[in-house]
Amino acid sequence: MTLTLEWMEWTVPTAIFCSTIILMVIAMTIWQTISPSLERRGFLPIPTTPGDRLFIGILGSAYLFFAWIGLTHFALWILLVVVVCWIIVVMVWG
Amino acid sequence: MEKWANNKAWFLVLPVVIIVAFSAIIPLMTVINYSVQDIWGPGQSVFVGTEWFEEMLGDKRLHDALWRQFLFSGLVLLIEMPLGVLIALAMPKRGWGVSACLVTIAIPLLIPWNVIGTIWIIFTRPDIGLFGAGINNLLGIAFDHTARPLDAWITLMLMEIWHWTPLVILLAYAGLRAIPEAFYQAAKIDGASAWAKFQYIQLPKMRGVLTIALLLRFMDSFLIYAEPFVLTGGGPGNSTTFLSIYLVKIALGQFDLGPGAAFSLIYFVIVLLFSFMFYQALQRVGKGEKG
Repeated sequence: MTLTLEWMEWTVPTAIFCSTIILMVIAMTIWQTISPSLERRGFLPIPTTPGDRLFIGILGSAYLFFAWIGLTHFALWILLVVVVCWIIVVMVWG
Repeated sequence: MEKWANNKAWFLVLPVVIIVAFSAIIPLMTVINYSVQDIWGPGQSVFVGTEWFEEMLGDKRLHDALWRQFLFSGLVLLIEMPLGVLIALAMPKRGWGVSACLVTIAIPLLIPWNVIGTIWIIFTRPDIGLFGAGINNLLGIAFDHTARPLDAWITLMLMEIWHWTPLVILLAYAGLRAIPEAFYQAAKIDGASAWAKFQYIQLPKMRGVLTIALLLRFMDSFLIYAEPFVLTGGGPGNSTTFLSIYLVKIALGQFDLGPGAAFSLIYFVIVLLFSFMFYQALQRVGKGEKG
């Protein structure tokens, strides 16, 4: 039996998308293993750990994507810039 | 919050992560791949970018299904939660009645979901069903869940409430039984009324289990599929087409894998947001009880 991934119908953009998220999660795991962080309170209404903030950042990005697609006709690369800024803001000050 | 010495114990969950990777993450990545392509068959696909997302986000039928879903979940929770607490309060506290009540109440939870749909189809049929024929002939009200949207909704709500209120009852009852007798003795000394006892002792002590009940009931009713599929099939018209029913229509009925995948991701992200909010609420309740 051979194991193929053809049925998954990979494309380059989705491969980049999935690997980015997986890499972020792995990097977060390594970082938190080496130097565990405390839960703290930022501008978000709940106290969060860096893992929580990464999750909120990614989930928020998904909603930004839907709003961008559903409500506007701007180019997607602008959204990419917005999303990266959003995740950085949440990670640092959230 | 105390500082953890280290986070290495988290690596013990690695086996679970690997299993979840096969059962959930790989399928999820496949759905992501499908959502940006037009697929006719294995190896025959064209990259279409965000076209399916644009189509699905602008789809009026999806909007309708979403609002219907929120309305359904909201109504179900509004009825099930107080009803469950009320019945739990009325249940006997000791003696053989406890076991008898618990077993009787748990029965609806043990029936397979599609069987529940079938039971309610027969129960509410206007010609032979006990409920349907009873209402039509004894009360003289024309009731037909296959033809009238309001009747279909009433039937679905009744079925959902009959099916799942027992879960709320069991959880609320467990919460009530965990309250030490000393609280009631103190209330008695103060001459507290039944309402004051409920407001200041029972309700705060049940907060934890009720939050869990709320979480489970919201998620289950938000993801409901089998029962309305069997009972109404989404009809009459589209009046009981909830998100999952519409999703299956697109993905399997019409075999539109691309739009179906985009829809799945939108659905998934909505569920994820609510799960996260409920999880946070649960955590806060847990901390409140400790402190």
